[in-house]
Amino acid sequence: MEPEVKDLDIASLVTKVMDELGSTRDAVIPILSEINRALGYIPAAALPEIRRHIQAQQKQEGVFVADSHLYSAASFYQMFSLEPLGRHVIRFCESAPCHVEGGREVFDTLQRELGLQPGETSADRKWSLLTTSCIGVCSVGPVFLVDDDLYGNVTPERVPEILAKYQ
Amino acid sequence: MKIIRSMVLVSADDESLARGAQDVFHAFLEEIDEFGLSDQITVTTIRDAGMHGEKPTVIVYPDAAVYGPVTVEDVHTIVEEHLHKGNIVPGLLAMMREMAPEIGWMRGRRGALPVQKRIVLERAGVVNPASIEDYILYDGYQALGKALTKMTPAEVIAEVEKSGLQGRGGAGFPTGRKWSFVAATPGSPKYVICNADESEPGTFKDRLIIEGDPFSIIEAMTIAGYAINAHEGFIYIRGEYPLAYKRIEHAIAEAEKHGMLGEHIFGTDFSFHIHPHAGAGAYICGEETALIESLEGKRGMPRARPPYPTTYGLYGKPTVVNNVETLASMPAIIRNGAMWYREVGSPKSTGTKVYTILGNVNFTGVIEAPMGITLREVIDIYGKGMKNDKALKLVQTGGSSGTIVPASLQDTPLDFDAFRNAGVSLGSGALLVCDEDTCVVDLAKVILRFFRNECCGKCTPCRIGTLRLYEIISQISEGRGSLDDFDLMQKISEAMSEVSNCGLGQTAATALRDILKYFRAEVEAHIVDHVCPTGVCPIKELAAVA
Ligand SMILES: Cc1cc2nc3c(=O)[nH]c(=O)nc-3n(C[C@H](O)[C@H](O)[C@H](O)COP(=O)(O)O)c2cc1C
Ligand code: FES
Repeated sequence: MEPEVKDLDIASLVTKVMDELGSTRDAVIPILSEINRALGYIPAAALPEIRRHIQAQQKQEGVFVADSHLYSAASFYQMFSLEPLGRHVIRFCESAPCHVEGGREVFDTLQRELGLQPGETSADRKWSLLTTSCIGVCSVGPVFLVDDDLYGNVTPERVPEILAKYQ
Repeated sequence: MKIIRSMVLVSADDESLARGAQDVFHAFLEEIDEFGLSDQITVTTIRDAGMHGEKPTVIVYPDAAVYGPVTVEDVHTIVEEHLHKGNIVPGLLAMMREMAPEIGWMRGRRGALPVQKRIVLERAGVVNPASIEDYILYDGYQALGKALTKMTPAEVIAEVEKSGLQGRGGAGFPTGRKWSFVAATPGSPKYVICNADESEPGTFKDRLIIEGDPFSIIEAMTIAGYAINAHEGFIYIRGEYPLAYKRIEHAIAEAEKHGMLGEHIFGTDFSFHIHPHAGAGAYICGEETALIESLEGKRGMPRARPPYPTTYGLYGKPTVVNNVETLASMPAIIRNGAMWYREVGSPKSTGTKVYTILGNVNFTGVIEAPMGITLREVIDIYGKGMKNDKALKLVQTGGSSGTIVPASLQDTPLDFDAFRNAGVSLGSGALLVCDEDTCVVDLAKVILRFFRNECCGKCTPCRIGTLRLYEIISQISEGRGSLDDFDLMQKISEAMSEVSNCGLGQTAATALRDILKYFRAEVEAHIVDHVCPTGVCPIKELAAVA
């Protein structure tokens, strides 16, 4: 993520997203997805903003939404992060099919090359190493994502060359 | 890589061996070589095939011809006539009685090849998924037209019930019955939801269906809406499938433009709208009540049931939730009629099933075949054999929540009855093939880690159980287990399957339970001898330290 995007005023981002997607409770997950996509994470300050918009629109209908409702949704889904991540995020599939097709050796290599444990972000904020459950491309396992790029049939030998593509 | 065309199975129980099965086996190898067929035909042994008095028995797949008793002298004829020229040799066939239950199904399958049969994937990869004209050219929208103009909603439901279609989302609930429940429940509006959250590890059939043939889902949901008198539908697509989302979004817009969706469809009074919705990453959101919570903008935690979604679904209204593959079967059923559909598959499990083949085989990917094919066929014919000629150790069927099937049960036909008959679940249709280098403790650990991560935390047996089982199996894999762990794992598994709130907790320990049943000695080796027989577990260093 570019640093400029992060300086964007959170309140105006929330307004823009909610103008587009609607200010109803059932739009909460698309709204959170959009904020997460724009900033790379969901800042805590976004939640009260979202609540204000929903309440303003739905007060007359008696819909009650608290910040905690929004936090409970934001903290539940794996594609959301509540903290800023590295510039590049690796999501390694750790489910059984990829594991059987040779995933363990690839993950060991990734950890060694990056010097990171699962869930960690490097000190220079270049990399975050995350694991994920099956992402539905198991016929080319083992697989991992770097940001939105998918790599399949990965071998330990190919790991350094893949990582080298990212600045 | 070999392309296997046929398989020869020679019975190798004690009685068969005493009557020369070993010589018959070798004669087959020689004759097949003689005819230059070694690259296309495999020869293997099976355990007892039943057939007393007819031993040794020889079964030729995929034709399901059973010969017996076979002598070395008969082998030349069978190879020349059957395997080389393709004609079954009637004079040498065994009397078809007393077959062991594992191969009893063959009687119904004689002479029928288990070829791929495409109903669900009929158009995928053939048509341009962005073009409604292509879809229409390939019989698209005939079913909806027929339903709206020639059938009443009750007749549509009756046709679906008659087809025998069972839900492909894992539970196998009869689709027609589900629709009739919702149709009969008072209350409005009613909703149709397509469950495209597909997150069972090893499953990606729904993604391929949507990416390859999005209009079929739109058409099927509209038919469902007509049948149950709903005017709105939702497609919940998992967040990790951006392409599928785009294709559906586009298909909805196209269908609306052409009057196949929206107001006054086909010029009738019927109106139906579809909204796509992207998930945000959670296995549990595939469970239908968690999916509904998530659609309402909440944490995706399953509700207590009953009431089921058929009476209390989205926004508390009667709701049909159907899997993508279930819906994709629908247009062909309405178009061609229930009787046409019933002819495919087995009487109790009708139609085709889409399977994903994964793991240590030469071909991994998707196939669609009639209900009731066997794992042996899947591996040797569709999977093109084991990778690097390794031996088969086990298959996990139905995804991570599915059963572990040892090689000795690979002749079980896969259908909705297989679980009751042989403890083999069909589940999502994912088939993870594992060779002799697989360690069952390591496999159990990976599977339990998945459930520990994906448990939503709502109910206690699942929340604590998935964590404890993962901890125990991890200790065993490090050589720090104890024999008491067997009892403990058994107790935890039972408690989870009996009192968890939803299917996640109820099935999380299925694989572990099967591993303890079929591979207990291998687990014991880790505990007692501090040895991982396949050398996979990180046991050596640790045992040395201790
Ligand atoms: C933990 C869990 C995960 C599930 N995941 C899915 C899924 O990804 N896709 C699906 O169609 N059904 C899934 N189901 C089954 C659904 O609850 C529901 O039975 C199904 O969508 C009904 O559709 P059908 O009748 O067409 O099979 C899951 C169930 C459980 C308990
Ligand atoms: S198991 Fe890794 S993508 Fe499915």
